[in-house]
Amino acid sequence: MRFVDEYRDPAAARVAVRRITELADGGRGGLPYAFMEVCGGHTHTIYRHGIEQLLPETVELVHGPGCPVCVIPMGRVDDAIALAERPGVVFTSFGDMMRVPGSAGSLLEAKARGADVRMVYSPLDALKIAEATPDMQVVFFAVGFETTAPSTAVTLLRARERGIRNFSVFSNHVTIVPPLKAILESPDLRLDGFLGPGHVSTVIGNRPYDFVARRYGKPLVTTGFEPLDILQAIVMLLEQFAEGRCEVENQYTRVVRDEGNPIALAMLQQVFRLRPHFEWRGLGFIAQSALALSEDFADWDAERRFDLPGVRVADPKACQCGEVLKGAIKPWECKVFGTACTPETPIGTCMVSSEGACAAYYTFGRLHRTAAGLAAASS
Amino acid sequence: MSATVHPPVPEGRQELVLERIEAFRRRRPRLTDEVVTLAHGAGGKASAALIDAVFLEAFRNEALEQLGDGALLPLPSGDQLAFATDSYVVRPHRFPGGSIGSLAVHGTVNDLAMCGARPSWLSAAFVIEEGFPVAELAALAADMAAAAAAAGVTVVTGDTKVVDTGAADGVFITTAGVGLVPAGRRLAADRVRPGDVVLVSGTLGDHGVAVLLARGDLDLEADVTSDTAPLAGLVEVLLAAAPGTRWLRDPTRGGVGTVCNELAAQAGVAVVLQESALPVRRPVGGACDLLGIDPLYVANEGKFVAVVPAEEAGAALTALRAHPLGADAAVIGRIAGEPERIVLLETSFGGSRIVDMLVGDPLPRIC
Ligand code: SF4
Repeated sequence: MRFVDEYRDPAAARVAVRRITELADGGRGGLPYAFMEVCGGHTHTIYRHGIEQLLPETVELVHGPGCPVCVIPMGRVDDAIALAERPGVVFTSFGDMMRVPGSAGSLLEAKARGADVRMVYSPLDALKIAEATPDMQVVFFAVGFETTAPSTAVTLLRARERGIRNFSVFSNHVTIVPPLKAILESPDLRLDGFLGPGHVSTVIGNRPYDFVARRYGKPLVTTGFEPLDILQAIVMLLEQFAEGRCEVENQYTRVVRDEGNPIALAMLQQVFRLRPHFEWRGLGFIAQSALALSEDFADWDAERRFDLPGVRVADPKACQCGEVLKGAIKPWECKVFGTACTPETPIGTCMVSSEGACAAYYTFGRLHRTAAGLAAASS
Repeated sequence: MSATVHPPVPEGRQELVLERIEAFRRRRPRLTDEVVTLAHGAGGKASAALIDAVFLEAFRNEALEQLGDGALLPLPSGDQLAFATDSYVVRPHRFPGGSIGSLAVHGTVNDLAMCGARPSWLSAAFVIEEGFPVAELAALAADMAAAAAAAGVTVVTGDTKVVDTGAADGVFITTAGVGLVPAGRRLAADRVRPGDVVLVSGTLGDHGVAVLLARGDLDLEADVTSDTAPLAGLVEVLLAAAPGTRWLRDPTRGGVGTVCNELAAQAGVAVVLQESALPVRRPVGGACDLLGIDPLYVANEGKFVAVVPAEEAGAALTALRAHPLGADAAVIGRIAGEPERIVLLETSFGGSRIVDMLVGDPLPRIC
């Protein structure tokens, strides 16, 4: 635990904030420095530790597309529910995914109607269920970036090794670089830099981001998930501006290597193949941005084993998740935020996972600076 | 696609949105679902909506409308009768530190104690699945007897039903209890004032984490024991040391975060908690970190949260710490006037954030 405490030290935080305030003085051309935290894990840390209130007004954090639950389009949720409602199927999923709304309710509601939906903490748990119930078809709802894909890969390798045939994976794994590129391609881009995803980078390394600095002229600092990591990364970004540099740097050196994790990468290569395109919630189709099971693992591919509706469903009209995922609007600027769309009655996906910008803002941050000050003053 | 950063939004717009949301949150929750889902049992807004639309609607009366842990019924003597009931469906039936049997006694005894009552009598009703081993049932009954003896209550009536295989999960237990609240004692949210101090009688999250680990579906091992215990004795210790005690609640399902939210809403105050003051055992904190859950929302079965006047806080703490069940008692926060109906957490890191009602209990059946 000392390991963690070290990265939550308030004295170190004050030092970092002072440095940030100095470096960011005056903002950038009169506007605050705008840095996007790519990863939902960062969004969660930022809100959970109240980091936004510590920052000077000259630095603004913009939430990015890296929340795996948030980017799953409605049609895929409908497919998952169709799978879950098949007789003889045990459908396994991470808890968060169970509350994501499809066009006719969520997996949780399907479960209440009688579907056998079970929450698991890892794909290996799903495989265990398959071994224990050989007369049922056990399907695992795989979501996540390169962070969680290796554990799905390990599970599939084990299923093959043990000859477990009543197990399959409904893969919705996505990759981080294509949406990043899409954001950088946008004509009215006004981001100044990126806090790069820490967990994903433990797998893919730091090199795949080189293009961000080289082609698009934006600095990126791969960042850890403790609150002090975030502040240090902001310092590193601002130092680049102060020194006139534009580079890809690594703040999370205690975990991330430049070359990533070659063993995990080899496993991904073996088990998955790139889909030609994949629909992202609110962002539309992005080429080569998701992973399907490779030919070798076709027998464990739920999309091939079962007939899926595979219907593309338009996002609800009121939903502005796309804008939120791109950092174009703040969560509270969405018209239904906090009224029609709340964590209890989510309309969009960003309101479901605690890594989603809307849910994080609603549950932790729904508070103006002045209100936070009131409580401090009245005590 | 586009990624834009807006120029700073005009001052005031965000406040308008936040006010609109607060107004919306104050509305009574409406039940829109057609079937009952697990969310209706998780203690959050969905539960409130179900209770409101179905049970309050059917049974409406003054005692029930308080929606407390137990009902308070006036007696001619000036004392009040406290009456509480609860069902227990925890899985597994045994976990480090207790069983569904001891829990069924402690839970109901504690509901009574939180009303300020001295618990006296319990009923116990069993729904048993066909095929359940008699030896296991006897062991659970023995746990209940021991727990009742330790809590100073007697099980005076009961009921037994057996259902077909699959119609129940082994055994479900429902207990009800009665006790007396001495005349002149009143613990209620409307007595809470800005400046009061928030105490907790011990560490957070032990029960929820112990049960979660005992289920064995996580590849995680840690030495965590449930805190399940009867609290009536400790409550008497508190009330003797801090006679001005305003309010008490046992943070079971939904944890300390949830009961503080209920307090903030009922009393129309802000509850300001200090993260660095929250007592959490290392293995519990470690497991929560790994699972991505917040100990503030994890269930306890042998702890209470109390609000006491600031001038009595020191005496309360000393008295609690002298009792074996209160050794880890701590001051965890204070009551402020504003922002109304909000629970704030001052993070150890120096920031602050909201602690909201939990949505969709991430934990399986724990009580
Ligand atoms: S408030 Fe709801 S609908 Fe609007 S962007 Fe957020 S999640 Fe999407």
